Amino acid sequence: MSAAGAAGPRRSRGGATYLLGLILVGVIVAAGLISFAWTPYALSDMAGSRLEPPSPAHWAGTDRLGRDLFTQLMIGARIALVVGCGAVAIGGAIGMVTGILAAFATRFADDALAAVFDILIAFPTLLIAMLVVAAREEASLGTAILALGIGLSPIVGRITRILTKQVLGQDYITAARVSGTSWGAIVIFHILPNIVPFLGVNLALQFGLAVMAEASLSYLGLGAPPPNASWGRMLQEAQSTVYTAPWGAVFPGLALFALVIGINLLADGLRDRLGRSGRDAG
Amino acid sequence: MSDLLTVDGLTLATSNTRLVEDLSFSIAPGERFGLIGESGSGKSLTALAVTGLLPPAIRPSGSIRLGGTQVVGAPERALVRLRGDAVATVFQEPLTALDPLMPLGAQIAGPVRRRLKRSGDDASRGAVRREVMALLEQVRLPEPERLVGAYPHEVSGGQRQRVAIAMALACRPRLLIADEPTTALDVTTQAEIVQLINALVKELGLGLLFISHDLPVVGQVAERVMVMRQGRAVERGSTARVLTEPEDAYTHDLVDAARRFDSALEGRP
Amino acid sequence: MSLMSVENVSFAYGAGRPVLEDITFDVPRGSNVGLVGESGSGKSTLLRLLLGLDTPRGGRILFDGQPLDARSGRYMRSYRRRVQAVFQDPYSSLNPAHRILRIVTEPLRSLKVPGDHRAMAEEAMAAVGLPVDSLGRFPEQFSGGQRQRIAIARAIVARPELVLADEAVSALDLSTRVRVVDLFRDISERMTMVFVSHDMGVVAALCDRIVVLDRGRIVEAGDTARILADPQHAYTRSLLSSIPRMPESA
Repeated sequence: MSAAGAAGPRRSRGGATYLLGLILVGVIVAAGLISFAWTPYALSDMAGSRLEPPSPAHWAGTDRLGRDLFTQLMIGARIALVVGCGAVAIGGAIGMVTGILAAFATRFADDALAAVFDILIAFPTLLIAMLVVAAREEASLGTAILALGIGLSPIVGRITRILTKQVLGQDYITAARVSGTSWGAIVIFHILPNIVPFLGVNLALQFGLAVMAEASLSYLGLGAPPPNASWGRMLQEAQSTVYTAPWGAVFPGLALFALVIGINLLADGLRDRLGRSGRDAG
Repeated sequence: MSDLLTVDGLTLATSNTRLVEDLSFSIAPGERFGLIGESGSGKSLTALAVTGLLPPAIRPSGSIRLGGTQVVGAPERALVRLRGDAVATVFQEPLTALDPLMPLGAQIAGPVRRRLKRSGDDASRGAVRREVMALLEQVRLPEPERLVGAYPHEVSGGQRQRVAIAMALACRPRLLIADEPTTALDVTTQAEIVQLINALVKELGLGLLFISHDLPVVGQVAERVMVMRQGRAVERGSTARVLTEPEDAYTHDLVDAARRFDSALEGRP
Repeated sequence: MSLMSVENVSFAYGAGRPVLEDITFDVPRGSNVGLVGESGSGKSTLLRLLLGLDTPRGGRILFDGQPLDARSGRYMRSYRRRVQAVFQDPYSSLNPAHRILRIVTEPLRSLKVPGDHRAMAEEAMAAVGLPVDSLGRFPEQFSGGQRQRIAIARAIVARPELVLADEAVSALDLSTRVRVVDLFRDISERMTMVFVSHDMGVVAALCDRIVVLDRGRIVEAGDTARILADPQHAYTRSLLSSIPRMPESA
């Protein structure tokens, strides 16, 4: 398909999904930020009766102990974002460092690292994360973030390795060496600026995965312990009352869905933009 | 006499730009026609338009008559038959034009079998194989027995281009389009491929549309040329006249540039 | 004295077949030397050796009388200051993420050349015939020929003594190619150049000496005029006779 002809309709479609992603993520980020200053009730405040359906007093209803679910959802947004950012930061850092090292390594070491990435990717992220939590013998928010970060790192490492190898094959790297630029400076000034935009798309997707995985960990009781109101924990607590008070499961489920879809739409939009500037340059 | 290819008022445009504008030329059976242009001149798009292989985003208007059939606006089914019958193309890079996972013999056998079946001839294994060997000989490939079983990466660039030419000839076209067929090759190989194309066109009485940015190469192949710049024809005429007494300023620049390197080779920098 | 001498150099990748064998030639100070060969001749590998990007298996390369020691960081810094390069593909030799100013001044920064880098970049841009305001733009805003001029500006900004060019005009359109060849001619008046190319016409237009390579060996070397008029080796003769020429004027 030709670049020139595709640009018209694609631009508007790409723009619309990007905007929708921005709105979904924006609403959740706003909710998380506002939760620091204001929530309808205190988190552990048993403000209503048990299992109240949504009402003007409790927009998302109440849980088994009569606590306000909307308050928990707002705090949960904060936790989801912290977990996503933290896990992506840790996974991104480990993955980028090992990926770049692999790309620079001699053939044997490179093959070995590539094989390690592939084997680790074959394990579900959640399984790796559960092993890390088990090893730390303590379920805390920090452990969950660390565990998810480690779980994500091989995927980032693998992509970093491939992107770095592509950049290393470009003449401007040879030109930089001939200009007397050191390898360290080549990584910082030539490789990173050219791989980070593409890696960014992938990291956004990993963010979505991390949020999902944290919910799964919490659901299994391996995530952030109470009183943290993670969406996964909310789902777990609503499990036994899902037929009598479905709102307890529906709202955190929707919030999770909105954040993950929103992030994916943003990543798609970002990729479209990159693709377009890539074509313009070529 | 009816022309093999008649292009009349051809314009190629996307939704916001015109890539080729109001182009007209014709090629008679057995005639060798050269299309000269630099990057962005629209010369390769013109070749794609002739075979009906334009990307969907580029819309052709005007008329392209190929062997009596209108190409512009023709349904894909008619075009498929046309491509197998009236016209075949040889591209710049034989390594990407050939399937890397298929032996060379099998790649040539494909179009041979289709042609034999269509004409109701014997399309048995033996008949196809005989025809493939004949084609390999026709493009002067040494050791055809060995080459039929070889894969594209196992032979040299020049040999790959010869196989690509054999594939093009397999469907017995009346018009051969060669789009920068020598650009990716070494100079010594380039000369051999030019000779081969010239000899085959003469032997088989083919019409030839030869597309290149390389003036001396076009000079060795074409009888008439057209020079394109940014989608428009700026000059046309007999090759000898255009390359010795260009009238258009741009053609003049190109000819001067080519002569610079020529005279450098004569030791006159 | 020769600025660069290549003495019995050989090279192979890993345990593979030798890519270069017994390569010996001189680059006199102030001369333009053309290394001519087709694909598989080893010319690009030879250029990598001359740039210190790879180390010869055998033999040695002398620069200004001293052996080129690619393992010594200190030696290479002074070598890079004196030897720069221009590459083939103008689309891949400029980092798309950097502005032209940053691209052109990279050797100055990396080699810690003292002075006003911006002024030096402006001077280099003027020397390659590009407007000074180009420095604020990105590579994607330039055509192939302009990009190659930028790459040349980067090669000359640190005022090297030797510029090595690897097929530096092959990717350009004919009309652009002539102008960039002219630019190289201008520049070569002030420095020594080694021009690697498969294109005998370009080399003939630029170089006073030619070294012909075939399958990793030198088959012939000498003055351009002599090689063009009286090629000794069969390979050189076939190379010269294969080049298509323009038809003679009627």
